Amino acid sequence: MTPSRTAFAAILTKDLRSELRTLQSLPAMALFSVTTFVIFRFGLDRTSLSGSLAAGVLWATLLFAAVLGINRLFVAEREEGGFDAIRLAPVDRSVLFAAKVAALLVYLAALELVAVPIFALFFLQDAAGLGPLVAVLLLADLGLAATGTLISSMAVNSRARDLLVPLVLLPLAVPLMIAATGATERLLALGGPSYHRFGTWLMVLGLYDLIFGLVGYAVFDFLLED
Amino acid sequence: MYGKGLKTLSIATVAMLAVSLSLVFFYAPLDGDQGFIQKIFYIHVPLAIVALVGFIVGGVFAIAHLRTDDRKWDAYSYVCIHISVIFGVAVLITGAIWAKASWGHWWVWDEPTLVSFLIVFLLYATYYPFRYAVEDRDRQARYASVFAVTAGAFVPLNFMAVRMAQSLVHPRTFATAEGGMPGEMMLTFLCSLVAMGLLWTTLVKFELTAKSASGQVKRLRRALDAPPSGGSSRIAPEVS
Repeated sequence: MTPSRTAFAAILTKDLRSELRTLQSLPAMALFSVTTFVIFRFGLDRTSLSGSLAAGVLWATLLFAAVLGINRLFVAEREEGGFDAIRLAPVDRSVLFAAKVAALLVYLAALELVAVPIFALFFLQDAAGLGPLVAVLLLADLGLAATGTLISSMAVNSRARDLLVPLVLLPLAVPLMIAATGATERLLALGGPSYHRFGTWLMVLGLYDLIFGLVGYAVFDFLLED
Repeated sequence: MYGKGLKTLSIATVAMLAVSLSLVFFYAPLDGDQGFIQKIFYIHVPLAIVALVGFIVGGVFAIAHLRTDDRKWDAYSYVCIHISVIFGVAVLITGAIWAKASWGHWWVWDEPTLVSFLIVFLLYATYYPFRYAVEDRDRQARYASVFAVTAGAFVPLNFMAVRMAQSLVHPRTFATAEGGMPGEMMLTFLCSLVAMGLLWTTLVKFELTAKSASGQVKRLRRALDAPPSGGSSRIAPEVS
């Protein structure tokens, strides 16, 4: 393995292992999403959802739950000196970006593994749309992980850490949410999933992932300079 | 040194604004459909175009800052985004007025350009809290540049996504079936565009001059107070 690949694997396993041992983010994210579903149940006064309403509830909840995890993504790095360590290590700094994106991707997938079935259990009449929904979830997670990692790495070094992530990330995530809800809305429509414009929305999600993956990879070097 | 040519530029801007406004009110024909209210188009659309171009220009200066590590480019980037945000407020207000007059509502969610602009504006509005939450000067400049680059990449993507989310298509001013607007309108519009572009440039130059002057004053005052040390002769305007 090349040094950067070793470093990537090392950082990723370190992150996942410390999350498994401390359980700092994931349980909170899952709990938050379930509570938010309950709030939507009463806020909308509906016991079952479909179409655009279902897509909106699902994605708003997932996005806000993701913000919780994104907020904490670099806290350990800052407090325990992980930033200094990566600066001293003879590896490309972008490795840290890639590893953190991968870690966040795992968090988001784990969150959705809990939240989406519960959402279906609470609100959906039939679960036929959940299969193709996996593709939408994966592509949206990738984009969210790329922008989230970028914003989180900057916010953690600022005074207003917990404030900046939601403030900057939410407008940045709007195109992602447009595409994700656009695709999900039809999948969860009453009377079975429809695939109208499904491919187009997936392409928009892929484009978002590509652009912000590249931007993050290109600029991340400058964030670690000191 | 930033003040050089400022007078000429200001005079040119005022002259161009006067020319374009007289064209708007005395030369351009009344719109058959909307009548007099359509005149706001000559203010609203150039403002929006200039603001968006300004955001992109801010992103380009930010790339220059990241590549050269020269604080001058960060100041340029900051001022470009700052003036564009101010233009953005004007765009949203004129857009709301136009929407009220021609569609009867202050805000219309079916108009993709208006909605996209709002989202872009909201993102750039977070530039200030983002920037000033970082204390260290160099790091602040670097983070702000990263933000400007990221947001610059966001602008076209956002316009595409919002446009696609719309099922209803509004008339696109430049691409109607009849082949766009008549020549007089086009000429007036182009003049307004140039005038707004000049206005933006002048304001950017004014702010850069003011920032550079206040930075110099600060440095001189510090030099008076402090014992002589390796006084830096940097002329980059300070952002504060």
